[in-house]
Amino acid sequence: MTAIRNFIIRKHGRNRVDVVDFMTYLYLVAGVLVMFGPVLWVIMSSFKTRDQLFERPPRILPYKHQTVVIEGFNEDQPLELYDVEIDGETKRLAKVNVIASVLYQFLDPENLPDDTASISRDDYIEYNLRDQGIDPRDFESDARVEKVTFATDNYRIPLQESKTFRFDVYLKNSVIVTLVATIITLVINSMAAFALSKYKFAGRDTIFVIIIGTLMIPISVILVPVFLVITQLDMNNTLWGVIIPGAATPTGVFLLRQYMLTIPDELIESARIDGASEWRIYWQIILPLARPALAVLAIFSVMWRWNDFLWPLIVLQRNELFTLQLGLNAFQGELQIQWDYVLAMTVVTLLPITIVFAFLQRFITSGIATTGMKG
Amino acid sequence: MSHTETVRTPRAGFSIKRSLDFLGEMFALVWGLIMNGLDLIFGPIQRLIGVRRMGYVFLVPNMAIFGIFILFPMVLNFYYSGTSGVKLFPADREWVGTDNYQAVFDCTNYLDPNSCAEDLFWRAAQNTAVFVIFQVGGMVLLALLTALILNQEIVGRAFFRSVFFYPVLLSPVVVGFIWKFILQRNGLIDGVVGVFDPGHAPLVPLNDPNAARSWVILVSIWAQMGFYTLILLAGLQSIPGVLYEAGQIDGTSRWQAFRYITLPLLMPTMFVVLVLALIRAVQVFDQVFVLTGGGPGTATKYMVQYIYETGFRNNPPRRGLAASASVLMGIVLMLFTLVQLWLGRKSEAA
Repeated sequence: MTAIRNFIIRKHGRNRVDVVDFMTYLYLVAGVLVMFGPVLWVIMSSFKTRDQLFERPPRILPYKHQTVVIEGFNEDQPLELYDVEIDGETKRLAKVNVIASVLYQFLDPENLPDDTASISRDDYIEYNLRDQGIDPRDFESDARVEKVTFATDNYRIPLQESKTFRFDVYLKNSVIVTLVATIITLVINSMAAFALSKYKFAGRDTIFVIIIGTLMIPISVILVPVFLVITQLDMNNTLWGVIIPGAATPTGVFLLRQYMLTIPDELIESARIDGASEWRIYWQIILPLARPALAVLAIFSVMWRWNDFLWPLIVLQRNELFTLQLGLNAFQGELQIQWDYVLAMTVVTLLPITIVFAFLQRFITSGIATTGMKG
Repeated sequence: MSHTETVRTPRAGFSIKRSLDFLGEMFALVWGLIMNGLDLIFGPIQRLIGVRRMGYVFLVPNMAIFGIFILFPMVLNFYYSGTSGVKLFPADREWVGTDNYQAVFDCTNYLDPNSCAEDLFWRAAQNTAVFVIFQVGGMVLLALLTALILNQEIVGRAFFRSVFFYPVLLSPVVVGFIWKFILQRNGLIDGVVGVFDPGHAPLVPLNDPNAARSWVILVSIWAQMGFYTLILLAGLQSIPGVLYEAGQIDGTSRWQAFRYITLPLLMPTMFVVLVLALIRAVQVFDQVFVLTGGGPGTATKYMVQYIYETGFRNNPPRRGLAASASVLMGIVLMLFTLVQLWLGRKSEAA
């Protein structure tokens, strides 16, 4: 409580409440809304049913219009419930029909004729909006009986049932690509960084400069020839074609090398004197000591690979090889985008990164600040 | 020295901790096996070539992939851009020298794509140029503002830092869909406007070329700003506080402190941020592709999409032309980097 109070009346180094403080506070609150808002909106919307997605006015929570099934009368079609005021009393009625948007025909579920099979028009309770002076739009938004319901089918169907959009397969592919690529990247980048930081041999500096130089050449510049290379190697249309080309990241080598330079040479020398082989030195001394840098690279690699789009788009043509990003993209090719499924799968796609972020954000933000790199 | 040891009798049956421990032990075992096994391979190699040359051995896996998938294609790209034909493999293609480049530069008026032989290329180039200018300009300014604000003594600074950084983590495809949903015909924007103006005509921002371009820029800023904010914040925090204190004693105003202390000392970081942002902006593709698909028409078709479609989606694919376009794009990117290196060296010398 005191912290909040102090925060609110905190001064900007002078002895009066400063306009700058107020603006700062305002900006930060606006920042939270603008940065998190869209994502939260998508998450909440992903639990809405399709007809609900575009209701006016938009609401945050997912609602479901409650229905009731009247035995013996139209059993395959549940009837929607409304709270209607009749003769000063509010009753919960089931809607059978609407004529010309103003004449509602209801049945009272608690006051049904004994023989429900013979219900006819005469049994209906009629409610004319025009006579009551109610706008149909207002009636719909006010009188509906609704409950907050999370449409988990939006998640279940693409992940389990859909034959055309098999997001369980896409999820599996994304996981495989991300994990395998990250492991390979960590291994070969750290080996190269070790060589470039702790060994002296001819051509070492040239090689390092070349590696750094290619930082200027992102993959978008060499799309056609890389495609040619993997086709020649028969890796086209395979997951390996997605995994391998990006594994030798220059940023990774650079980052790890910078870190390994700080490892004292004496450690390595004494290990050599003790008879350890170079490989043993690499795996039992260098790798454990380089753990912080390896962790940062691992996080970045996971991020890059999970989010990768253009290269997999070019390499993978078979639907069963698609990653989540490609699967999502394919979804929008439809004439009518099935937003309920798209939103749910979008949430599935952003969930792992969000969880990683929630737990490891300190790592990520400090890693970026010190190395100034992303992808 | 004696010590008492607490003896814990393991509980019979299943427990999560024990299974995790077991997994950990199994993993360590497997790891040890693999490493020791690899030692059997590397050991003899080392005995053969000596300690110093082991450096080469460690370098090989990375350089192999590097050479095959980055260096070789880079070189191949130049050769490829001088060929034409429908075949994929260079051997099957005919060499045409600079024909592709000549076709690209065949324009009566470079500022009017319609007057060009390859009008699509110039449309994409123009779109990209406009995008780069406005997106980088707007984003760097916003990032600077945010960094300045975050640099103050505020409660929960780490939290707010993460807040601005979060969209950076989202994949461009996800970003595209989030905003596509919000911006579409019956989406959130339309709905919010509807609260204030119920009878309004449906808003479809992405159907109008200029609105679409503006939104592409805004979405792109939303998605990337946090990254540059962090870098600028680190730069701000490396400015010694004593300078500001000395300034306060001398009676400098806040604006003067900003202009004469902050700005000059932040310049190197600003350069880095600018060039990184420029290089990134030139390659814009993923989220725009999902958000607008390049439309309406070709209003938001940028260079990478042009290369992608020309080289991979055209029927038949015009690979030589795509290679030429990517070479040109690569040259632009290289120029940006070189300018940054040059500016960096200049500011260091100053």
